[in-house]
This record gives sequence, structure tokens and C-alpha cells, in this order.
Amino acid sequence: MAQKTTIHAEDGKQELMVTREFDLPLELLFRAYVEPDIVEQWMGTKVLKLDNKNHGSYHFETTDPMGNKHGFHGTIHEFLPNRKITRTFEMENTPFDVQLEFLEFEKLTDDTSKLNMHIVYRSVKLRDQMLQLPFAQGINMAHNRLQEICKKISPLK
Amino acid sequence: MNLRRDVFQAIADPTRRAILLLVASQSMTAGAIAANFDTARPTVSKHLQILTECELLEQEQSGREIYYHLNPKKIKEIADFIEPFRKMWDDRFNALETIMKKYKSTK
Repeated sequence: MAQKTTIHAEDGKQELMVTREFDLPLELLFRAYVEPDIVEQWMGTKVLKLDNKNHGSYHFETTDPMGNKHGFHGTIHEFLPNRKITRTFEMENTPFDVQLEFLEFEKLTDDTSKLNMHIVYRSVKLRDQMLQLPFAQGINMAHNRLQEICKKISPLK
Repeated sequence: MNLRRDVFQAIADPTRRAILLLVASQSMTAGAIAANFDTARPTVSKHLQILTECELLEQEQSGREIYYHLNPKKIKEIADFIEPFRKMWDDRFNALETIMKKYKSTK
């Protein structure tokens, strides 16, 4: 089976590319990034703030199974509906520096679309750390929460 | 198990990467490996020890000699180290897709 999500990370570069094709019209894919209650479902996070506009910002918070809260936030630099979101991403209370993200949304057919997520890190070392994070953790907490949420979602909202 | 040393630490060193490349084509003794480097023999031995500890290299006794060869299983682990990161995004995007399809059908 072909992998729908691909990661392109060249050796010695402080950036990586996440690419994914969706069986969704472009507008629906983009909506998943815009509407807080939808973001909450697929990201498995609480949306404290989501101000989608040029010079906007967002603030999310996840709670791990131990009950600890993990916040992350960023500034939305550029917001072009159905086309592009340029934003920063920073995990709170971690030694990891902020990263820059370029999200480009592309229509493939009436029913399919593509997302290119270009992430730039402060250093090669940081990029490699972030790449290895899920590996190092073995079982990623966000991933676990996501699975829980997926199970909880009822067939129709 | 030695928690102090993982495979990524092992391959972070250029000499150790060169050793892995050397033995990739054929099993070699410590002496034969060391002959390829200007580094002092004990230094090479130390590198071999680290690579063996984290199971990237395996030792094989042949007569009086010990030969080193790659452990393909462990090498594959390095090749796949990006996989959990990819899987994490894949799972997220799968959830996104599943959720949005419901919005589509309710339209």
C-alpha cells in the first residue's frame, strides 16, 4: 500500500517537508485548519485561541493521560484561505526553539487535495531531535490521545 | 542494555560511520579495521566496543580471530527511525480525513 503521508528530510538540512494527499475537496481540508471544534477533534487538543488571519495567533493545550497540561502556541504570519498558512510553532516549557511552518494547500481534483507542510528549524540538530522525538518516546502521547479521540467520535456530529 | 548509548549516538561519530561502511562489504578483524585509520589502535577498539554495545556490530569467533560484521536488523532500525514521526503525522491526517468526510456527507 502506498503511504499517503511522506516525510522528506535531507541529511544536514535544518528543514523538512511533510506531504499528504487527502480524499477531500480542498475547501474541506482547509476547514479542518480553521474551525476550532474541528481542530480539537483531529489534533486531540483544546483550542484556547485560534485567530486565523494575517498577524493572528493560536494557542492550544493538550492534557496527557497523567493529567499534565502541555501548551503550544504560535503566530499566524500569513493567512490565505484555501491556499496558504504561514505560522510559527512553539512548545511551551520545553528546551525546543520555535519553528517556522509553511502550509500550502492545493486542489488536485474536485474531490482530492494536497497539503505541503514545510517546517524550518533553528538548527540541523534541533530538526533531528524533533524527528527523533516520537521515535525516542516510543509511544507518542499525542498519538495515543488521537487514537482515543478517534474512537470516541460518533458517526455523525 | 546500556541506556547511555543508543544507535544514534553511535552513528554520530564520523569514525564509527566509516567503520560501519568498511565492514558493510565484508567481515573484518579489529586489526584489519584499525589498519584503515590513522587513529591509535586503542581508539579504534573503543569505537568497536561502542558499536558492538549498541548492537550495530556483531562479533564472530573464527579460530583465534574475532571478526566484526554488521547487524542488519539494527541497521534497519536506523533507516526506519523517521517512521514514528511519519506515522504520527499519518495518524493525525487520517483522523482529519475521517472527520471531514462526515462533514462532506452531511452537506
